[in-house]
Amino acid sequence: MGASNHFGFLDEYAKKEIRRTALKAVAIPGYQVPYSSREMPMGRGFGTGGLQLTLSLLGKGETLKVIDQGSDDSVNAVNLRSFIEMTCSGVNTTISTTEADVIQSRHRIPEKDLREDQLLVLQVPYPDPLIVVEASENKRKTLHGEADYSRLLVKLYEDIVKFDEITISHRYPTRINDHYVIDPSPIPRWDVPKLDQSPALVLLGAGREKKIYAVPPYTKAEPLAFEDVPFRVEDFTDKDGQRRRCQRCDCTTSFLDEFIDSKSGEKIYQCSDTDWCNEQSTNSSVMSDKEITADNIEIVEMANG
Amino acid sequence: MDKVLEVNNLSKIYGKGCFSCFELTGPEYDTNICPQCGSVIAAHDVSFDLYKGEILGIMGESGSGKSTAVKCLYFDQEPSSGNATFFDEGEKYDLFELNAAQQRRLVNQRFGMVYQNPHLGLNFDISSGGNIAERLLMSEVKNYSDIRLRATNLLTRTEVLTERMDELPKNFSGGMQQRVQIAKALATNPPLLFLDEVTTGLDLSVQAAILDLILEIQQEQQTSMIVVTHDLGVIRLLAGRTLVMKYGRVIESGLTDQILEDPQHAYTQRLVASAL
Repeated sequence: MGASNHFGFLDEYAKKEIRRTALKAVAIPGYQVPYSSREMPMGRGFGTGGLQLTLSLLGKGETLKVIDQGSDDSVNAVNLRSFIEMTCSGVNTTISTTEADVIQSRHRIPEKDLREDQLLVLQVPYPDPLIVVEASENKRKTLHGEADYSRLLVKLYEDIVKFDEITISHRYPTRINDHYVIDPSPIPRWDVPKLDQSPALVLLGAGREKKIYAVPPYTKAEPLAFEDVPFRVEDFTDKDGQRRRCQRCDCTTSFLDEFIDSKSGEKIYQCSDTDWCNEQSTNSSVMSDKEITADNIEIVEMANG
Repeated sequence: MDKVLEVNNLSKIYGKGCFSCFELTGPEYDTNICPQCGSVIAAHDVSFDLYKGEILGIMGESGSGKSTAVKCLYFDQEPSSGNATFFDEGEKYDLFELNAAQQRRLVNQRFGMVYQNPHLGLNFDISSGGNIAERLLMSEVKNYSDIRLRATNLLTRTEVLTERMDELPKNFSGGMQQRVQIAKALATNPPLLFLDEVTTGLDLSVQAAILDLILEIQQEQQTSMIVVTHDLGVIRLLAGRTLVMKYGRVIESGLTDQILEDPQHAYTQRLVASAL
């Protein structure tokens, strides 16, 4: 049996190492555990860190959801999903957050609250939040060890001085369990509070940088901020003070993407999490013609399956 | 008087060192390089006490080991032997026995350092206010408006225009940079301040203003200071007591007036004679 048709693509030793690394990451919340990131049949930077975690943790009969920027059918998600389907026989895939056992994601955490029996794997391009203030990895390790994050706070101070607010839009430095500060992967600020006391285990894998770290279930995750300039999430209020709603499902509580309508040239807003949006549309009686019909979803599923 | 710092037999050797290092170097041999093993004896057997509100001068030519001694105390360098005790708020700290985190806490909160070159003391990528904020944030001040207020007060105190506090230090003149550096060093009201050639390279009127500032701070806050310089004028103006160093050894120590008026060692005599 060649390596390529081995269950989960990776050999057992590689999977074992990654599982061991993940355990260590859970044991030391927020600490970046180095591991020997394997070559994958795709470029580093395309989610190989997350992929290796998923491949090592998935078992037969389990259900996987892969999302990219909240959507199940953008290129990265489709390719990773079909690769996993190809290499993990007996693993089901889904686009439903509720049905998934393992969710691999890039740039978003699902809108729907995750459960204790679910696992979220995030793909990470830059694991170390200190890289913006310290070039030497050796020094960064000391700073992490001593929990000295003053230079990141200076960065926030400079932001407030220049722009009257903290301008970090994604990869917001977040302190885990009162010690290590992590780069929570390029999720928007909107998703950062979901890490705090999350019932589901969150594992973060950086393939190129060869690091795995974790936010264990029910662990404190606190975005860095000042006492009097607190962390805040994206504001979706329009100029009239109304919370913008999704043009498909009318949801007013989700993270919205902004589009330009190609016909009218107007700005329109839509849920970034497509599964959430579909669920809201199905639940609400208001159905618009822009809606993806249930049939369409099935086609997407069939194409992926 | 309260003792702030006690240094005993501080030595720093660059190189592997040998048994004859200390016997074959020093002012009597006109060298600090060991002829046996080639090690550099940067400082040897430096001992002194420093009391609250006192300014101690360390004087000597380039390469005499004066900066090395101070860098060891500020943990920029590790000493080869010797010990130093820092007395602070009823606590005693054996400086060279502390672990890295404890040393960092002292450096961030209880010590201040002003270097000759502002590039060493300041981060030139962030604003002057940000530089002061950095030190405050290191000492666990987490409130933005508090930091802002404190930075404004410090810059006012050191006579930097507060309208320019959000500018990068590279836009400032040398004297201004030095003032920002002093403000940064003072951010946490440290009881002990190290000044390494602070006025070297500045023009005379700016030098005088900076020295005035240092004296005022000493009198206002009773800060103990160690001033390293090769400038006799600075020593005369600031220091109450002085150590004179040559080839890594202290060759003379005592009250500044006494040393300048009645130097005992041949080197000090030459130094004083050439300058006055």
